[in-house]
Amino acid sequence: MKKVLMGDHAVSHGVMLCRAEVISAYPITPQTYVVEEIAEMCQDGRLKARFVMVESEHSALACVIAASAAGSRAFTATSSHGLALMHEMLHWAAGSRLPVVMANVNRTLGPPWNILCDHSDSMAQRDTGWIQFYVESNQETLDTIIEAYRIAERVLLPVMVNLDGFFLSHTAEVVDLPEQGLVDEFLPPYEPRFKLDVNEPHTFGSICFDSNFMRLRYELQQAMNDTRRVAQEVDDAYHKLTGRRYGVVEPYRLEGGKTILVTAGTITSTARVVVDSLRDRGEPVGLLKLRMVRPFPFDEIRALLGQAERVAVIDRSVSYGLCGGLASEVRSALYDSGNGRPPVFGFVAGLGGQDVVPADIEHMVDQACSLNCPPQEDMWIGVRS
Amino acid sequence: MNAQAVSDAELVSPGHSGCAGCTAVSAMRYALEALGPRTIVAMPACCWSIICGPFPHSALRVPTFHTAFETGAVAAAGIRASLDMQGRDDVNVMAWAGDGGTFDIGIQALSGAAERNDDIIFVCYDNEAYMNTGVQRSSATPEGAWTTTTPSDKVRPKKNIMEIMAAHVIPYAATACVAFPDDFIVKMKKARDIRGTRFFHVLATCPTGWRIPSSHAVKIARLAVHTNAFPLYEVENGERYTITVKSRNIPVRQYLEPQGRFRNLTEEMKARIQRTVDRNWTKLNKKAEETATDGLSKG
Repeated sequence: MKKVLMGDHAVSHGVMLCRAEVISAYPITPQTYVVEEIAEMCQDGRLKARFVMVESEHSALACVIAASAAGSRAFTATSSHGLALMHEMLHWAAGSRLPVVMANVNRTLGPPWNILCDHSDSMAQRDTGWIQFYVESNQETLDTIIEAYRIAERVLLPVMVNLDGFFLSHTAEVVDLPEQGLVDEFLPPYEPRFKLDVNEPHTFGSICFDSNFMRLRYELQQAMNDTRRVAQEVDDAYHKLTGRRYGVVEPYRLEGGKTILVTAGTITSTARVVVDSLRDRGEPVGLLKLRMVRPFPFDEIRALLGQAERVAVIDRSVSYGLCGGLASEVRSALYDSGNGRPPVFGFVAGLGGQDVVPADIEHMVDQACSLNCPPQEDMWIGVRS
Repeated sequence: MNAQAVSDAELVSPGHSGCAGCTAVSAMRYALEALGPRTIVAMPACCWSIICGPFPHSALRVPTFHTAFETGAVAAAGIRASLDMQGRDDVNVMAWAGDGGTFDIGIQALSGAAERNDDIIFVCYDNEAYMNTGVQRSSATPEGAWTTTTPSDKVRPKKNIMEIMAAHVIPYAATACVAFPDDFIVKMKKARDIRGTRFFHVLATCPTGWRIPSSHAVKIARLAVHTNAFPLYEVENGERYTITVKSRNIPVRQYLEPQGRFRNLTEEMKARIQRTVDRNWTKLNKKAEETATDGLSKG
């Protein structure tokens, strides 16, 4: 069934189709439509779930972690400062190996106050043990929520689905909703191997000072490594069911490409337009969309970018004192590539919701093509005095 | 202590990691004695995070979920939400927090759960400072007490957590003390059969932090009650106050003087503490009397 949905409502429809059982959240712009609609769904019975309306994001994540440990499929949604406040519990979810799913509606952090999109919030949480996806459309938002539960429950890691604030969250698009029966087939009820159960008592998260701690952390890293394969398998299975697939990365017009753009989130759509128009003019430019940022798709990056003459990464966030996070990671992936080591131009753009228009991206391509190697780690686009 | 009070069906194992004389262990024994094995514990950071024992061991024979410091109440609420979805209404969910996880870092999530009237039992075992980290002051530390961060004694009085919880109009709030297991267990059994947020403020003497011999832990807890420093009472629906253990009204100095943490108190400070205790005791009695004359009490 097709519906016109805003990105936030694509999230709530995904959660409904996945039959999440415990939801907990705290309102923050631009995530609010997600939780408003889930509250309505719980009220009118479309979603049979407990919605615990807590007093902070920290509590929201703590609540769904505990509910997941007790055996329920659990969901939360947040953004920006809310995600920052959750930081401690992000570690708790991953360390507990609980398959919680979260939608994070990307928004910058203040000060100064700003409710608009960039990726500062989620990029700052890459080290917490969460699988991270960045999506480009409302259809992909819904589909990724559904894939996220299947991946999470298979590898026992939490998943964060990141969608750009306002560009997706508050923009309506046609979304094809899979039939409930298809989703039920794809995602059977959550049956944890261990849960909080009075008939089989276990203690979860006991203090651990010995070598078991190192082993548990190594297992977490192995689960992340397994996720590269599992995410692809789940995407393939979803494709069989619905005809839609996204890949962990998406190559776009890479054939013979000498200059390759790398993007995540909605800037990808703008970059597609730029690539099309430059290709029309005979310029060998391609695009690689990073959909999965954790675990980082090293193999795909090396295979697809190793032969390029230059790579131009567009980051919608910055690690202050370093450069954009994706640029840094693409560089690190290519450094050990036996395939070649093209120069990586790291562009920082679109912070605090600043528009990144086709002319900006053309300018990045021009800059990359006119220089043999990047003059510095980070090149900022759109800074006006 | 009444030998009948605690059954043989212990849910706290021997071999826990508590200090000698730790009454937080006794408090857990009494709570689980009343609640039984169909109980799940949500445990924020507190002494019990250690007492429970290192992986792969556990001193508790009920399912236990260790959680972050400020999340005791909401973790319990999340477990309850999950049990509700599984149709399991015959399982108690108990958050078990120290005074830090209740009065200080835990109060936001606790207030949230109480406002929603989440169906949980929240127990604060109060040893009146951050004992696990080496005796730093909390907002539960009483006036005049030495801690490592109040080297010249704490000036401000202890936060009145019972009044804060009563102001949330939750169905049940009670104080309890490890020296009065009968009173503790009766209250916990009463709470077990009530739905909604139930709050316990348990005084748990700490030989390590209070600078008392471990053999005096229960005796001093008893003095806290009989000097009115820690009266035993309950509050139903935020308005019905009942004092449950008759006080002997002993001067508070008899509670203070055996404790090393109060050794710097001057006579003037002891007199000031006595005035604080008297004022609070009078207020509490007035509330209990008003409730009785309103015909609300002794149901």
